[in-house]
Amino acid sequence: MTTRDTLDDYLDGAAGALRLPIETAWRPAVKANLEMLLAFADLVDAFPLPEEMPPAPVYRA
Amino acid sequence: MAPDYSDASAGEIAAAVARGETTAAAVTEATLARIARLNPLLNAFTDVTAERARRRAKAIDDTRAAGRALGPLAGVPFAVKNLFAVEGLPTRAGSKINRERMPAPKDSPLIERLEAAGAVLVGALNMGEYAYDFTGENLHDGPSRNPHDSQHMTGGSSGGSGSAVAGRLVPLALGSDTNGSIRVPSSLCGIFGLKPTYGRLSLARSFPFVASLDHFGPFARTARDLALAYDAMQGPDPEDPICADRAAELALPTLDAGIAGLRIARAIGYFNEGLLPEAEEALTRVAAALAVSGTIEIPEARRARAAAYVITAAEGAALHLDRLRERPDDFDPAVRDRLIAGAMIPAALVMKAQQFRRWYRARVLALFDGVDAIIAPATPCTAPKIGQKTFVLNGVELPVRPNLGLYTQPISFIGLPVVAVPVPLSPLPIGVQIIAPPWREDVALRIASVLEQAGIAAAPKPAIEGAA
Repeated sequence: MTTRDTLDDYLDGAAGALRLPIETAWRPAVKANLEMLLAFADLVDAFPLPEEMPPAPVYRA
Repeated sequence: MAPDYSDASAGEIAAAVARGETTAAAVTEATLARIARLNPLLNAFTDVTAERARRRAKAIDDTRAAGRALGPLAGVPFAVKNLFAVEGLPTRAGSKINRERMPAPKDSPLIERLEAAGAVLVGALNMGEYAYDFTGENLHDGPSRNPHDSQHMTGGSSGGSGSAVAGRLVPLALGSDTNGSIRVPSSLCGIFGLKPTYGRLSLARSFPFVASLDHFGPFARTARDLALAYDAMQGPDPEDPICADRAAELALPTLDAGIAGLRIARAIGYFNEGLLPEAEEALTRVAAALAVSGTIEIPEARRARAAAYVITAAEGAALHLDRLRERPDDFDPAVRDRLIAGAMIPAALVMKAQQFRRWYRARVLALFDGVDAIIAPATPCTAPKIGQKTFVLNGVELPVRPNLGLYTQPISFIGLPVVAVPVPLSPLPIGVQIIAPPWREDVALRIASVLEQAGIAAAPKPAIEGAA
């Protein structure tokens, strides 16, 4: 059994807030996926973008 | 004995029907018989629409008998990934849950457009659950199997499309590509695949995955057939807000224009890392045939892939949130666990990925000031074995499922058109991406055609067990 870390707390909190059931058996896989996703998101976040850069999808009325 | 059209191209079939050398009915019957014989091995089809196909074929033959003009795809059998709406079928999108849906009241517009050109729909094709897949494996319907070796993956998520076209069950199929789901199975099954520009082909009346990144496109065994099908499907569609309000720009008229004057470069950096020898061999052959000497570095491709991954997980999770809450046990666990994680990504990080996408798009489009097309690997390797969980790239053991799309994701991320061309290596084929600027599918198809004429790109005929 892996030790609990802050990601476990985040996972529990997010699952509760989103009303997503997570069974014990799936939990390690969900956590591993979340770790990978956050690592990808960190890589993007670390890139210095101009603040005024609009997101790719632009709504037109 | 009746002539066998199973290995014929769509264009050859349409020409033979038009000349009266065969009939749409005869081609349809032979196709249905071949599907019945080989699908138990390949598991490409989940639904066969035999009666509908027979009616459609008869209508085409009646049209010819009446002396009226036939469309450019007259009598050509085709099939679609089962996320396209097919009248009378629930749009299952590879899932268990969706097969409880009401039968679709109407076909997808792309099916309508192909049938308006004379093609004959013969069924719907296996796919990875909800298109969140690069393997072609499906927990509910079983894996689609690679015709070149049925113990190997087709690639996904349009696995049935790859298997059906490579296995000569149909000459033409449709699939979807969010991160590589047309180009990966094209590569692993050794066929041609076109992922058009984002917004080029209508996504209406289909089961979606990631609206920011979804594309539809054709699979075929020749570049000409890709162009034929692509041209028949282009044009605006008021039903799909993503579909561009842009008139058709036909690719077929310039298909044989050659490549004189085109500047083509090979992508290096990220796209050179992790290549297994077969992928390098395929790229070397393509580069030599095109006399490519220049190289180009696509900036921040690794980050682009990461951003595509984040947007995919987040939008996919939003799409499936209610199903994840109410029926988590009815998902393939590998899909469910990724989607649940996707629901937990903070929105701020998803928005950052969309901001990065705009930056990256501008940088990559600027590269096309200096080149007309870029070649890059489609997959890092030939088809892994079904069930294989990991492979070693660059000395690192990585999971197969998310990493087969390593080289496709940074390209679809900004919606560039790509033709995946098959290089017939032995024992298994592998593809190369021909990448063009937005709306220049014609350029990628011209290059694919030149490679085909030179014998470098070809869809090899598999020796299927049990096949005549």
